Amino acid sequence: MNNTINTIKNQTLTYQQKVMQLAREAENSVQVLDIPQDVKEYMDKGIICDMFEGNAPYRPRYILPDYHRFMKQGSEFLELQPPKDIWEAVNYLLILYKHVPSITSFPVFLGELDQLLEPFIDNEEEAYKAIKLFLTHIDRTLTDSFVHANIGPKATKAGRLILKAERELKNAVPNLTLKYSKDSEKEFALEAITTGLEVSKPYFANHQMYVKDFGEGYGTASCYNGLPIGGGSYTLVRLNLKKLAEEAGNLEDFIKIYIPRAVQRMNALIDVRIRFQVEESGFFESSFLVEEGLIQQDRFTAMFGMFGLAQCVNLLLNAKVQEERYGHSEKAMTLGYDIVKTIEREVNAHQNPYCNVTGNRFLLHAQSGISADVEETAGCRIPIGEEPELLDHILHAAKFHPLFPSGVSDIFTFETTARNNPEFILDIIQGAMEKGLRMFAFSCSDNDLMRITGYLVKKSEMKKLKDGNQTLHDTVALGLEAVEKQNLFARRVTQHD
Amino acid sequence: MTKANVHKIIPFSAVDGPGNRMVIFLQGCNFDCAYCHNPETIALCNHCAICLKACPYDALAWENGKVCWNEKLCHHCDHCIKACPHTSSPKVREMNIEDVISHMEKVKPFISGITVSGGECTLQIDFVKALFQRAKEMGLTTFLDTNGFVSQDAFIFLGDDMDMAMVDLKTWNEEAHRELTGKDNTLVLQSIRYLAEQHKLYEVRTVIVPGLLDNHQTVKMVSQLLSALDQNIRYKLIRFRPMGVRKKAASLEEPSDILMEELSDIARNEGCKHVIVV
Ligand code: SF4
Ligand code: SF4
Repeated sequence: MNNTINTIKNQTLTYQQKVMQLAREAENSVQVLDIPQDVKEYMDKGIICDMFEGNAPYRPRYILPDYHRFMKQGSEFLELQPPKDIWEAVNYLLILYKHVPSITSFPVFLGELDQLLEPFIDNEEEAYKAIKLFLTHIDRTLTDSFVHANIGPKATKAGRLILKAERELKNAVPNLTLKYSKDSEKEFALEAITTGLEVSKPYFANHQMYVKDFGEGYGTASCYNGLPIGGGSYTLVRLNLKKLAEEAGNLEDFIKIYIPRAVQRMNALIDVRIRFQVEESGFFESSFLVEEGLIQQDRFTAMFGMFGLAQCVNLLLNAKVQEERYGHSEKAMTLGYDIVKTIEREVNAHQNPYCNVTGNRFLLHAQSGISADVEETAGCRIPIGEEPELLDHILHAAKFHPLFPSGVSDIFTFETTARNNPEFILDIIQGAMEKGLRMFAFSCSDNDLMRITGYLVKKSEMKKLKDGNQTLHDTVALGLEAVEKQNLFARRVTQHD
Repeated sequence: MTKANVHKIIPFSAVDGPGNRMVIFLQGCNFDCAYCHNPETIALCNHCAICLKACPYDALAWENGKVCWNEKLCHHCDHCIKACPHTSSPKVREMNIEDVISHMEKVKPFISGITVSGGECTLQIDFVKALFQRAKEMGLTTFLDTNGFVSQDAFIFLGDDMDMAMVDLKTWNEEAHRELTGKDNTLVLQSIRYLAEQHKLYEVRTVIVPGLLDNHQTVKMVSQLLSALDQNIRYKLIRFRPMGVRKKAASLEEPSDILMEELSDIARNEGCKHVIVV
């Protein structure tokens, strides 16, 4: 009750932000999930975290509609014919976006935008205007940095116009991923890099690796989550490896007893959440997205998140000096790898009948942390401020990325002189992917847009909020909290001599 | 077996040619520029042992009449370099081709190629040639960073094992050049012309030092020369920075943004298409 009235009276929340907050309060006033006692115990200890998903999951956390299908067939429910020109295309997409549920109520996946719009690019000047308005509309109404669009891997006119508009608009939303493979046109990749050095997006996603894991029908949604298009993820639950290591106290027990136990409890919680969604919530029986074939229940899976691997490893090795710590020692890296591999084995030993699309198994996810995390580093990242030189940093990350099909990323910050030589970064990205990197995020040290963990927030907006003003995007508050608690400005900047 | 004195190797560089490049800095230079940004690359170590006491981490030792550097213990604080009165460094290593190749192998997926720099790398040209040959076999491009004070024969000797070169032109004025480097600039200009004719001149560089040189004249004349040779040759104007220079140059003034802008306008007006300011 207290929260409710506080939300109502809060002057830094916009009206929309209040409505969503209040909906969350309402959802959390009921108890419908039958969570086993031992799982609750781990949740109370903070070892398992349900990511504030709510007590009564009435929609999947991440939905990736099949927008290609929508463009081909229109929508009976929305009373839309298939679009015939660029103006109809962007408008119809905008209409659909507002009907795609998610954990934040904003769509976390906007589709493979370049492919969706390419058939409608006749007059480039007109198309550019349409795309700019489209992107501005997205930024001002889907006010959440987890809203994510994809382009690539092939160069298209639409893809170029989108990149150009991003450079011009410098908006925080949408988050953007370029699916990149060696076959992507070099000029296009270089244009994407030039864009990234100004607006900290797009990500470069390792297309080959994703296709191997998912087939061609994958998208990146929300922060950097790889998931099947036409489906998505019911839920994301995360395991705090640091806290688990603290509880275990020593390496042997950690591997032999605590990992299997924690994984079993995580699985139990994920099972409960999925069961409610599929069997009780009525979502899949009532959503027009299902009815019209834009999503299918059998293309949904679930994400098994983990974070704080660095602290976990340092703790178990009692590594104090830098040479022995995670990110700097071979031994620490090997242990980290073995831990994730052990978790993977345990996770794969469990089956859930509603995760058909991934062989009835949950997908590992290197969870990027939430703004309130103070002591734990995102996923399997090296702690901020402790990052080694770029080459070693990449080789370290590349060892772990293949283990996380549903998402992992590392962020690399370059000096401004890199703008004179975008090929420099392309060379690095290519090498990184050859070595196993899945998601390469980069930016320039002086960009206003800052990648917090996976999402983007403007430094100028965070300042505005800090000074007590309202901001349009709900993620600004998360960004500000993260910046203040996690020392994000101390990220290593690569000098290039 | 060809060997070289290697000052250091950096795996990634954004500023030494196209794409990402591994740079091998060779020790020893035939110029002695007042404003040199890396004076510790100029001379070979004479094992006078003065730097020995300067190391706070026991990374330097005296063995068989020589100063020996222990890389494992080194914290790269550069106290030794500051203590050296002979523009050298105790961290220079004698390396053979295979030693360098092993570095290249680790970095290869990440780079377009290698750049050999210095000091003045053409002083160890046999090594450069052998290294370039091996790099080519690995599918890497080969760039040379030189002060240009080298006879044409050197470039003929390198032939197609060298893809392209970058040359420093310090100042157009002959007198000033002699004063600054101890040498004429005639040979440097010859190198620039020759490399351009061979389509192997990637870039010319000039460090802008307001208090010391007539930067306007140099930029104007170099730009004229380059645009007559090939307008696409890059002309890079580098800000003088007092970091890392010797005492006598530390008080020299840094160029302002306005001056850099003015000079790059001159270069563009003279017809250079790729003017870069760093
Ligand atoms: S590096 Fe300099 S100070 Fe040290 S031994 Fe060599 S010449 Fe002497
Ligand atoms: S840089 Fe020189 S002084 Fe510093 S630790 Fe290394 S060897 Fe010693």
